[in-house]
Amino acid sequence: MTRFLLPLGIFALLAVVLAIGIRHSPEKGVIASPLLGKPAPAFVLPDLADPARQVRSDDLKGRWYLFNVWGTWCGGCREEHETLLQVHRAGVVPIIGLDWKDDDGQALNWLTQLGNPYQSVATDHSGREAIEWGVYGAPETFLVNPQGVVVYKHIGALTPDTWTHEILPRVSGAKAGSSS
Amino acid sequence: MRPLATVLIIATALAVAVSRTAFAVDPTELPTPALQARYLALTHELRCMQCQNEALADSPVGLAADLRREVRDQLLAGKTDDQIRAWMSARYGDFILFRPRYSLRNAWLWGAPGVLLLIGALVCWRVVRNRASLLPGDQEPVEEDGAR
Repeated sequence: MTRFLLPLGIFALLAVVLAIGIRHSPEKGVIASPLLGKPAPAFVLPDLADPARQVRSDDLKGRWYLFNVWGTWCGGCREEHETLLQVHRAGVVPIIGLDWKDDDGQALNWLTQLGNPYQSVATDHSGREAIEWGVYGAPETFLVNPQGVVVYKHIGALTPDTWTHEILPRVSGAKAGSSS
Repeated sequence: MRPLATVLIIATALAVAVSRTAFAVDPTELPTPALQARYLALTHELRCMQCQNEALADSPVGLAADLRREVRDQLLAGKTDDQIRAWMSARYGDFILFRPRYSLRNAWLWGAPGVLLLIGALVCWRVVRNRASLLPGDQEPVEEDGAR
């Protein structure tokens, strides 16, 4: 009998290791961003509303903001648009849009037709800015704190649930902490 | 059967090789053969984040093209392969590297095969030694020994 004990023990150990691995594995298909806890990329980009003006990360220092990567070609972006409008109406944190590899005219149409939840929208025709943020599929949304550090990233369409349970507590929790 | 199987394998390999060159998604050419070789190596060992099981070199999606352009530009700017890999993983994480880097965090992963091989060799050695001692005069199948 004892000859089976060792393999059995090894099997049990392996089972425990794998069980822990499965339990701790992040949601399938979602890749943790190396940007979390790091300074958000600095940017100076043309403004969608007026390409002669610029959207600058420096102007956002000292404030919370959501950085939302979208495009009119992106289905999930239409899906999340209503949530973005709600977030905008809540007025807790401004949303900066990054119009990723898109046509300016179509993007402006989209905003007139569906409503504009953004404080400003930067355009990224070349796709280089999206790469700086490690974006691999729109929509993606980053929460940046007043120190300019990325504290949260959501991949896929933003839902009211994500807003109330992931984003809002982070912002209001920090605001309550700093005012007391 | 054997020759037929061999022919089939060779034919498949040839077909794959031909189709890879004939339908390559990436027509990029760099000015020197050395740069071109590094470009090919890098784009084959970096993952297309959108399709995830394809390399940058093989993927037709927009983001892969953007990342290939990034590799090309950085090679032309004189960056080393390691600098380019580090640049990529700073943005997309180590997941973008098909060939993972050695780090303390994954050291046990790298060590495990060696340890397992050692354990296997030990077990193998013990089994062979035990059974070798049974052989003389014993013509019964060895498997039945365990039942006694």
